[in-house]
Amino acid sequence: MTPRYLELVCPAGTPAALRTAVEAGADTVYCGFRDETNARNYPGLNFDREEMAEGIRFAHAHGRHVLVAINTFPRPGQVALWHRAIDDAAALGANAVILADIGLLDYASGHHPGLRLHLSVQAAASNTLSLAFYRERFGIRRAVLPRVLTVKEIGALVERMGVEAEVFAFGSLGTMTEGRCILSSYLTGRSPSSDGVCAPAEHVSLSEEDGEMVMRLGPLTMNRFGRDEPAGYPTPCKARLVARGIPSYLFDEPVGLNMIELLPELKAAGVTALKIEGRQRSRAYVAQVVRAFRATLDALDRDGRAPRIDLSAIAEGSKETLGAYRKGWR
Amino acid sequence: MLTLGPLMLNWEAARRRDFYARIADEAPVGCVHLGEVVCSKRAPFTDRDLPAIAERLRAGGKEVVISTMALVTSKAEMRAVEEMLEAGFLVEANDVSCVHVLAGRPHAIGPLVNVFNEGTLAYLARMGAIRVAPPPEVGIDGLGVFARAEPGVEIEATVFGRLTLSVAARCYHARAYGLHRDNCQFVCAREADGMPVETLDGEAFVVVNGTQTMSHGYAAAIADLPRLREGGVRRFRLMPQDVDMVRIARLFDDALGGRTGTDEAMAQLRAACGEVPFVEGYAHGRPGREWRGQDRLPDRLLH
Repeated sequence: MTPRYLELVCPAGTPAALRTAVEAGADTVYCGFRDETNARNYPGLNFDREEMAEGIRFAHAHGRHVLVAINTFPRPGQVALWHRAIDDAAALGANAVILADIGLLDYASGHHPGLRLHLSVQAAASNTLSLAFYRERFGIRRAVLPRVLTVKEIGALVERMGVEAEVFAFGSLGTMTEGRCILSSYLTGRSPSSDGVCAPAEHVSLSEEDGEMVMRLGPLTMNRFGRDEPAGYPTPCKARLVARGIPSYLFDEPVGLNMIELLPELKAAGVTALKIEGRQRSRAYVAQVVRAFRATLDALDRDGRAPRIDLSAIAEGSKETLGAYRKGWR
Repeated sequence: MLTLGPLMLNWEAARRRDFYARIADEAPVGCVHLGEVVCSKRAPFTDRDLPAIAERLRAGGKEVVISTMALVTSKAEMRAVEEMLEAGFLVEANDVSCVHVLAGRPHAIGPLVNVFNEGTLAYLARMGAIRVAPPPEVGIDGLGVFARAEPGVEIEATVFGRLTLSVAARCYHARAYGLHRDNCQFVCAREADGMPVETLDGEAFVVVNGTQTMSHGYAAAIADLPRLREGGVRRFRLMPQDVDMVRIARLFDDALGGRTGTDEAMAQLRAACGEVPFVEGYAHGRPGREWRGQDRLPDRLLH
């Protein structure tokens, strides 16, 4: 059997990044509204309604798709904001919405039966039973798989999950299960699940003490490093911490995920779409990563193999990992 | 009603049996959760003595509920959920996969399922959820919204013990000992109350318990009980920690029964928990690690 086409799904934090992604060869672009309904709720990012309408028109004119991420969990008593986001995405002609919350999936499938639903990685559906839950009850058509599975496990899951599989191919890699980590709100009161932010910038401070740079999140020190050492962002799961008297990156090194070399394996495993992380990153990042993946996918289609393209310079901490996709990471 | 939540820590079999025997005979809790929530590698050991412990608790007049794994990734873990159902226990789901299996039958939803709003709560109630213990980020006000939205569902607040802050596939306990999860040598059993993790500046941050991180301090919401009750919360969960849990249960029972005042209850709770700090931020919509409770001397001096 010929492996099917791998769809390249790319981030757009701004209207300019959307155009850049489309021009660099993205098949599909994902973005969010400018509020806490999306999981990259950072200042200066995202789309108001008019920008979203224009972005969707632009992408459709080029034959590409737009997915709208409404992938946070509404707070008690405030679900109306999230319902309006779903209504607007549907009205503006989004090709799908990306949801994580059970209540929102229920709302979208009931009020917009024609709207295509994708399950966000924030739902952390990692097995056939949880995928069956979302498929049978809400009719999801695609699931973004959590980054806790090996390529072999993904292959086994794809055969039985009954919906399209989208997997992360490149970008920042949180080591905790997505949608199930509140370390950020433990320190700052704001978290990815409810606020769409992890380690919000207004709670980050950087100071020089005794010749060292000290990076804090809220009240606590997340890292200390020398002037010449590359500094990561003080996300709690990338903190340098002390356990048993030994300082280390206890949860994970500050490294970026890059599985470009696994593309043939993922394709053979039956994966439908590859996701590039980074709505908070620059247009230059989007252009460079999307072009590299476009070239690799095209070469794979044409020649059955691809040249190695070095993306380490733009990976988080300038270092790359295959993460959980290879056994031994756990 | 007081509930004893599932044991998240890896205690050896003899200690577990003694612990639950004493709970069965002496603790004023109406319901006890058993079952391995944290790690599939611990499950064979936990499951082995589960029937005997469940029997002992039932003989002591306690309801026994089975809590499921937090992150189900293997077929064996999925089979375990089915087996618990077949054995006739009320099951508390800690993963959506379990919700799928339990749908249509009365069941409970645990704090590791993302129930953040009344829309999700309503859907789960339609599927058969009769009890829901929301995640820590849903504070006192949110629990009140839940109780009003679904009066037919018993809302449960976690009022004592460490709060789970993250779930992962990777084991940080093994990692701290230079091991991998596949070859972990069960090092998580070495710390009866979890492995403390500090910042480079010596500040207490979290406690690692296998694949989970937990709050460095205990929730100790004894002063919040009246507000929780007024909001319609009907069940109060105590998480087992390495302290005298019978004494803790009695303190909460006395506070709920109006036999001790808040200040007295708080002072006794403080005395029962040694050096472990308390946290309460989530309950009040603030950063989770905050504590402005009445045992803090500076606060008292301010008044």
